[in-house]
Amino acid sequence: MATLTKEEAKKIIDKVLAFSKADEMSVALNGSRTGNIRYARNSVSTSGESTDLSLAITAVYGKRSGTATINEFDDKSLEKTVRRAEEIARLAPENPEYMPMLGPQTYIDTKTFAESTANIDPDFRAKAAFDSIEPCSKKNLTAAGYMEDSSGFSAIGNSKGLFAYNKSTSVDFSITVRTADGLGSGYAIRDFNDVSKLSTKQATEIAMQKALASSSAKALEPGKYTVILEPAASIDLLQNMMRSMDARNADEGRSFLSKKGGGIRLGEKLFDERVNIYSDPTNLEIPKAGFSGDGRPQEKISWIENGVVKNLTYSRFWADKKGVKATPPPSGFIMAGGTESLADLIKSTEKGILVTRFWYIRAVDPQTLLYTGLTRDGTFYIEKGQIKFPIKNFRFNESPIIMLNNLEAMGVPSRIGGSLVPPLKIRDFTFSSLSDAV
Amino acid sequence: MKRRDFIQLSGLGFGGLMLPNMPVNGIPVFGNAVSQEAMLDGAVDVAVKKRLADAALNAAKAKGATYTDVRIGRYLNQFVITREDKVQNIVNTESYGVGVRVIANGCWGFAAVVDAKSEADTAKAAEQAVAIAKANAKLMTQPVILAPQNGYGEVSWKAPIQRNAFEVPIKEKVDLLLGVNDAALKNGANYVNSVLFMVNEQKYFASSDGSYIDQDIHRIWPIAAVTAIDPKTGKFETRQALSAPVGMGYEYLQTNPADKVSGITTRYNKGYDMLEDVTAAAKQAKEKLTAKSVEAGKYDLVLDPSHLWLTIHESVGHPLELDRVLGYEANFAGTSFATLDKWQSKNFNYGSKEVNLFADKTQVGSLGAVGWDDEGVKTKKWDLVKEGTLVNYQAIRDQAHIIGEKESHGCCYADSWSSVQFQRMANVSLAAGKTPLSVAEMIKDVKKGIYIIGDGSFSIDQQRYNFQFGGQLFYEIKDGQIAGMLKDVAYQSNTQEFWNSCVKVCDERDYRLGGSFFDGKGQPSQSSAVSHGSSTARFNGVNVINTARKV
Repeated sequence: MATLTKEEAKKIIDKVLAFSKADEMSVALNGSRTGNIRYARNSVSTSGESTDLSLAITAVYGKRSGTATINEFDDKSLEKTVRRAEEIARLAPENPEYMPMLGPQTYIDTKTFAESTANIDPDFRAKAAFDSIEPCSKKNLTAAGYMEDSSGFSAIGNSKGLFAYNKSTSVDFSITVRTADGLGSGYAIRDFNDVSKLSTKQATEIAMQKALASSSAKALEPGKYTVILEPAASIDLLQNMMRSMDARNADEGRSFLSKKGGGIRLGEKLFDERVNIYSDPTNLEIPKAGFSGDGRPQEKISWIENGVVKNLTYSRFWADKKGVKATPPPSGFIMAGGTESLADLIKSTEKGILVTRFWYIRAVDPQTLLYTGLTRDGTFYIEKGQIKFPIKNFRFNESPIIMLNNLEAMGVPSRIGGSLVPPLKIRDFTFSSLSDAV
Repeated sequence: MKRRDFIQLSGLGFGGLMLPNMPVNGIPVFGNAVSQEAMLDGAVDVAVKKRLADAALNAAKAKGATYTDVRIGRYLNQFVITREDKVQNIVNTESYGVGVRVIANGCWGFAAVVDAKSEADTAKAAEQAVAIAKANAKLMTQPVILAPQNGYGEVSWKAPIQRNAFEVPIKEKVDLLLGVNDAALKNGANYVNSVLFMVNEQKYFASSDGSYIDQDIHRIWPIAAVTAIDPKTGKFETRQALSAPVGMGYEYLQTNPADKVSGITTRYNKGYDMLEDVTAAAKQAKEKLTAKSVEAGKYDLVLDPSHLWLTIHESVGHPLELDRVLGYEANFAGTSFATLDKWQSKNFNYGSKEVNLFADKTQVGSLGAVGWDDEGVKTKKWDLVKEGTLVNYQAIRDQAHIIGEKESHGCCYADSWSSVQFQRMANVSLAAGKTPLSVAEMIKDVKKGIYIIGDGSFSIDQQRYNFQFGGQLFYEIKDGQIAGMLKDVAYQSNTQEFWNSCVKVCDERDYRLGGSFFDGKGQPSQSSAVSHGSSTARFNGVNVINTARKV
């Protein structure tokens, strides 16, 4: 069984640490069972299940460190791996940026595990796929979808007494529905810790509606438009921005947070004052482990407050050098929104474009966070508060910084890719060319 | 490992530095970290692998499988990661396990088991794969039709490397990278990251067709990114290495003069002078700070192989994957504009008459080169586009019947023992021009153009019509002369329009390979390593945009 209990994990980690002759030693133990089912053309194409359990040992002498791993758990194998890590550490060059390991920490307890997800079996997956395929075949539509579920744990411990354990489950589902003539395409995506919140049928119905409604799209001229970005559209741009909040890069002058002539833009108002982004591992919609990979506690932290940059992420080395708190990057974020539904946002739009999702997003300029990508699987023209007709897909060239300054309105946030993001209404969003892709 | 994880691990993601050429969201195998010495021993004996495989083959057959293949894989990676004068990380990873794929009741099933050392382990995985196939068969609309394949008996293939990179002492690698970084800093770089990424796949394949294939595959990729900052304006520019990932050993880092291609900047063929290239990178990143920002408009583009490989990858390699054409990738990577009716018409103008594109899994030193693919098919070369006309796709055993082929093209691949094999891109390349033509002669004829070297930002739609590409180095061409460096350049086009605007391709003297370790496809996403060859080629009247913004 790949999911060990807290006690079982601690017992193995303590045993490893007892073998140590190094100055410092840390141990990471991870295990999981992952299953998936994939279908296309209304038929299952692949499906499988795999289990994994692995142990990584890092030994440190002074500022030299070495890592070795093993996936056998008898005493002899464990001791052999400890010796191996120690040997690599002795041979490794000194890392001047090495930081001594953390001592015991206090972690928030979070609810990341759901029994329902851990109990998924091949029949459950087949049923989930059936619930998605059947309504499509009945309407002569073509379904392509994927569900992946995982159940596992991660535990870390070190020779200074630090110990952390988290058990978690996850399920990810996405569905693309296309019309038989290939002229319409719709999409929906869901992710949860608890699979009982997932209805593959309901998500598929949304993708079906979009496929039918997007058929025979008209071409609009590229240019600047007011857009309503569904969470599946805005998530990647927002996520990319959140991943660019590293303090060291800003200090070094190679970040959108670097100041002309030196310094960083911490405390500056860079966005519309309604923009509030924070992370919180205890959030019930997107619960996260209470610790980061290197053992630092994860806690509620504000990143952008009323449009002002409140916190940056730090490595422990850089925080030490700068004499500030070493805030780790969060594993998901929450963008506060409004109370309006997506339908309300559409209703209040004089002229605009509804975007289901973006595709193939790539950085163009790291200085301005300019990204390019395309709309996909359901792009619609809105006039006088109503969806008028489907439009051909556009390529965009836009920066999330500009986007969050051109904010018109926000709806109720929903979970997407492990974060909570509201639908966003943005003015002057830049579309640079047309695509024939459906 | 996902492309994103690799960017994090290598430190290249920070500062918004874009790691070169990693199409879509990829995953090479990311196993467990192990020691250097452990990577050189521990290979499982072939006789043992045969026993483990036979146990799975027999168990699957006993449970009713009509076809079974077993892959026993040991995957080694080594990363040496540095920035400026520091070694940030040295990581050795190893992943060993067994994947069993079966057809039962007409349907595929797959199961994988980590660290399988006994016949009971592999037999159990086989039984699980059959159980999964049977569960899925309830939803089946059409049983799998597998192209017949003769067994090859007990055979082997080994990449023709001269120096196993895993046997090169860490110190030699560290010294190389720190020397390169030092040269970059002395030549105007404010920051420099450099990485050596080495891969060894030890793969054993056995199938119920009677093949037992043992293969040893080696790849290496030296990567570097240089940043130059102008403190007065607060602007920064980057220039990435012009290296290519290759299916070679450490000998790739030992150049001889014949490997160097001289011109406005030195480019490399089958040997890479990292010190020279990164020194040039530092100077060029600095030069970019004051380079002219491009004026948007139509230009004739002269594209170096270090750039064009990525455009070939995205606009030819992907749309001609048969699984995409058929809709199997509709929910992720997308479908394709190159539909079956276009192929059946026998007159679909994919490109101009100058355009000959071929797939090849046998090119020596390429990333895709192997003896047999991951379903036991011997690799080969075949045409995709002939004198501009679409003539074929890339297909595997369960797809061959759809395009009337009697056998698979041999381009099936799985990135790990734990992932299921499926159709992956072969090395897809643009054939060199048949008329003698050098790069200098090509440039001489261009009135208003841009010469692009190195790959940069890349994006293409899900049916592979509309794309946008950046690069590393851009030079303005005015009346047949290189007029100076440009920046903020990206071009946008449509696949068919672009390839029809191809007017000239340089001859085979200029033919070089580019490529990536991170071609991503499938759910769960898998990474495949693939090379793309070309000579410098000219495309007329392409739309160029200016990517500078004020924030």
